Amino acid sequence: MTLWKRFFTNGSAPQARERLQILLSHERQVLGGDDLLSSLREDILAAVAKRVPCERDSVKVRLERGAPMSILEIEVEIRGNVELGLTRAA
Amino acid sequence: MAKVITVTSGKGGVGKTTTTAAIGAALARTGDKVVVVDFDVGLRNLDLIMGAERRVVYDFVNVIQGDARLPQALIKDKRLDSLFLLPASQTRDKDALTEEGVDKVIDDLRRHFDWVVCDSPAGIERGATLAMRHADIAIVVTNPEVSSVRDSDRIVGILDSKTLKAERGETVDKRLLLTRYDAVRAARGDMLKIEDVLDILSLPLLGIVPESPDVLKASNFGVPVSIHDPDSVPARAYNDAARRLKGEELAVEVPKQRLGLFGKFLRRAA
Ligand SMILES: Nc1ncnc2c1ncn2[C@@H]1O[C@H](COP(=O)(O)OP(=O)(O)OP(=O)(O)O)[C@@H](O)[C@H]1O
Ligand SMILES: [Mg+2]
Repeated sequence: MTLWKRFFTNGSAPQARERLQILLSHERQVLGGDDLLSSLREDILAAVAKRVPCERDSVKVRLERGAPMSILEIEVEIRGNVELGLTRAA
Repeated sequence: MAKVITVTSGKGGVGKTTTTAAIGAALARTGDKVVVVDFDVGLRNLDLIMGAERRVVYDFVNVIQGDARLPQALIKDKRLDSLFLLPASQTRDKDALTEEGVDKVIDDLRRHFDWVVCDSPAGIERGATLAMRHADIAIVVTNPEVSSVRDSDRIVGILDSKTLKAERGETVDKRLLLTRYDAVRAARGDMLKIEDVLDILSLPLLGIVPESPDVLKASNFGVPVSIHDPDSVPARAYNDAARRLKGEELAVEVPKQRLGLFGKFLRRAA
């Protein structure tokens, strides 16, 4: 393959990469470490719901695997404006 | 001391059995005691690739069910004194492998070998999870194409949750082996780039094995490709991968486009 050809042919690999990145970031969230993420989600839900009302769907746990470090992203949506200083038991 | 390696992928036909035989033989060639174990119950093939199909008397399931002792089922390789095979059963009963049975056999093998190399069946069902259960190291065999990469990602998640190591809070040492790499299609830009696959899966690279007619040839003869023609490109890739498994730090070579007859002649002469 000459340099010229390499320059002027744009292959399909970039499409493959992009589709995979989107798909896998979704699948890792849903299937992820299978048990790990769903149990984490349950634990977090239980901990948060003890203090503020919160539904199962509003807890999002995402794991971005990587080396040398992975990132665990936790997002909890809570309806309305949360009053600080006031803790209430569910 | 012994290490259990599981060769796995999720997707079928990516080169697991080829890899198990090649890595097993490459490790044995260095003098280590190696057993390759076929977990593909019902679809046994490792015996063929190793050229031992006519010497199978007892299999993995016979040992688990107590119909044979482990030493009776192990087949010694014709070429390498320190290489053995434990063949899979051809039974159609997929539940023939039990967790306790597998545990006992692998524990026994650990006591007698330096390396236990497990050939996983495709998929993510019982057979695959049993094959990875004891893994210290997992070789994730991946072809540079979308469905293989996706399935490898899935397998990585399962390795992190369904193995004995995961249950103990440890992690399996996962290595990526890129196989069936086609330098021509890579140059054309139609194959996922090595960097992209590494970036997406974030696993350390164990090696790159090119798509090569030498693999088919070796399988026709029933000889692991790593020892059939040790100078062939796939043989070198597998032997280097084995050295990396033994702790050597070797730079990974990206296979180049196949040389024509003339190029080959020049390289020989050099
Ligand atoms: N590097 C390669 N170059 C060319 N052909 C290859 C290469 N690796 C594997 N093959 C071929 O691909 C086919 C599948 O290989 P193999 O049986 O090792 O895959 P597998 O992952 O074990 O399949 P299965 O999931 O069915 O167990 C075989 O015909 C083999 O010869
Ligand atoms: Mg196979």
